[in-house]
Amino acid sequence: MREELIVSGRMNRLIDPGLHIWHWHIPLYLFLGGLAAGILFFAALVTIQGKADKYPAAARLAPFATPILLSIGLLALLLDLNHKLYFWRLYTTIRLESPMSWGAWTLMVVTPLSIVWCALNIRDIFPGWDWKYPVLIRLEKFFKQNLLTISWILLVSSLILGVYTGILFSAFNARPLWNTSILGPLFLTSGLSTGAAAIVLLSRNTAERHYFTRIDLMLIGIEIFLIIHMFMGFLASTQVHIEAAQLFLGGPYTTVFWLFVFSLGLLLPAILEILELRGFSMPHWLAPVLVLFGGLMFRFIMAYAGQASRWLY
Amino acid sequence: MRYAMAVDTKKCVGCSDCVVGCQTENNVPIGYCRDWIVEVTDGTYPQLEIEIRSERCNHCENSPCVRCCPTGASHYAEGGVVLVTPDECIGCGACIASCPYDARYPHPEGYVDKCTFCLDNRVKKGLDPACVSVCPTKCMYFGDLDDPNSPVSRVLKKRKWKTLIPEAGTNPQLYFLI
Ligand code: SF4
Ligand code: SF4
Repeated sequence: MREELIVSGRMNRLIDPGLHIWHWHIPLYLFLGGLAAGILFFAALVTIQGKADKYPAAARLAPFATPILLSIGLLALLLDLNHKLYFWRLYTTIRLESPMSWGAWTLMVVTPLSIVWCALNIRDIFPGWDWKYPVLIRLEKFFKQNLLTISWILLVSSLILGVYTGILFSAFNARPLWNTSILGPLFLTSGLSTGAAAIVLLSRNTAERHYFTRIDLMLIGIEIFLIIHMFMGFLASTQVHIEAAQLFLGGPYTTVFWLFVFSLGLLLPAILEILELRGFSMPHWLAPVLVLFGGLMFRFIMAYAGQASRWLY
Repeated sequence: MRYAMAVDTKKCVGCSDCVVGCQTENNVPIGYCRDWIVEVTDGTYPQLEIEIRSERCNHCENSPCVRCCPTGASHYAEGGVVLVTPDECIGCGACIASCPYDARYPHPEGYVDKCTFCLDNRVKKGLDPACVSVCPTKCMYFGDLDDPNSPVSRVLKKRKWKTLIPEAGTNPQLYFLI
């Protein structure tokens, strides 16, 4: 049998024998970014539709989590940097070719917007809230008057943030598993789904919960379709892409992916959601918690498996 | 100007002098390397062939590492040489993940490091890169591809060559004579 044996003398830390440059920080950052994007997208959407009062958890309650989620995400990104003191360099340039660059800028737009959004709704949490300083009161008035414009900006920027979490990976042709343009829509869908799940988790009114459960069910369907589509694309592509798919089809990531992401994170919550909508009584938290768990696992598995997929030469 | 290097896989014996020469010249931290030896054994026993390559950054003409860098720290310098400016590098690792050859490594001081073709410390002074000049078998050729009389242009005209994973679309400028 013809065989090829490759021996390399290189042994650089974090590079060999397998790439391990990104640890837990990046997948966590992508998960939190996607989750925040999902929540803010729905907040903006129901506000634009004029249904903010009908869906209070989506419009006002859930967004309170987003500045925290985004700050933890940014902190994780900062911790991931090896040359931390030069962090500010990210914000002295903008390079559209580099997803890391425009993504960091997108966060710089979305994070302040999420804080503004919370400030506008603070009386929902603290009914007696008083801004005290006239300048803040004027600012609040200004934002309230322009709520629709802010909602549109938030809608678009949250979508960009959601897609970015996938494009960050798909821009790397060196890692065949990541190098598929479906990853942008896939991570966006997953982010929206986790956002909807968070709203269901926080909502105290059945109509709203059912509305977002239906949305989540649809998103899970799209996600499953995109995942199957991704594997079909890989299997019909070049050898390195076939090998990338095989990481999940018999390779080392098979069990974790099909068990934690596909079964526990997509299929089971979908079944639970259908049952809930059909009127079976369920613990309301179960399906959304599974969706959130699946989303987190998905980012981790893609981050690690992607670094294991490579070109051989 | 287009700097490039050619490595003769028929002459290379895999002694690793180029690796040590580079580490010494460029103060590469202990345990790391900017160039390295790869041995590929291929065939059906007992008809085996061995190819030995001294590898390093390919100074790609279409470098994913330059494209992915958020700060512009990774950039094209004179003659298309791909360099990293340590003071601009935030150590995000995007370039490391983007290199199909895994030619980069995180320097213990935080920035990302890799082969520079010895551009500033030797080539600009008219010397060959350290690896080229220490090779005991003289298996490496360096120079400007735009100059038809440079050692690398001449040897690439005479000999058959290949580059590594050209299908990755990087247009590598490290040539292997076969
Ligand atoms: S070999 Fe890697 S580090 Fe060097 S230029 Fe090409 S992509 Fe960049
Ligand atoms: S690690 Fe440094 S050189 Fe590499 S992409 Fe990040 S900022 Fe650029």
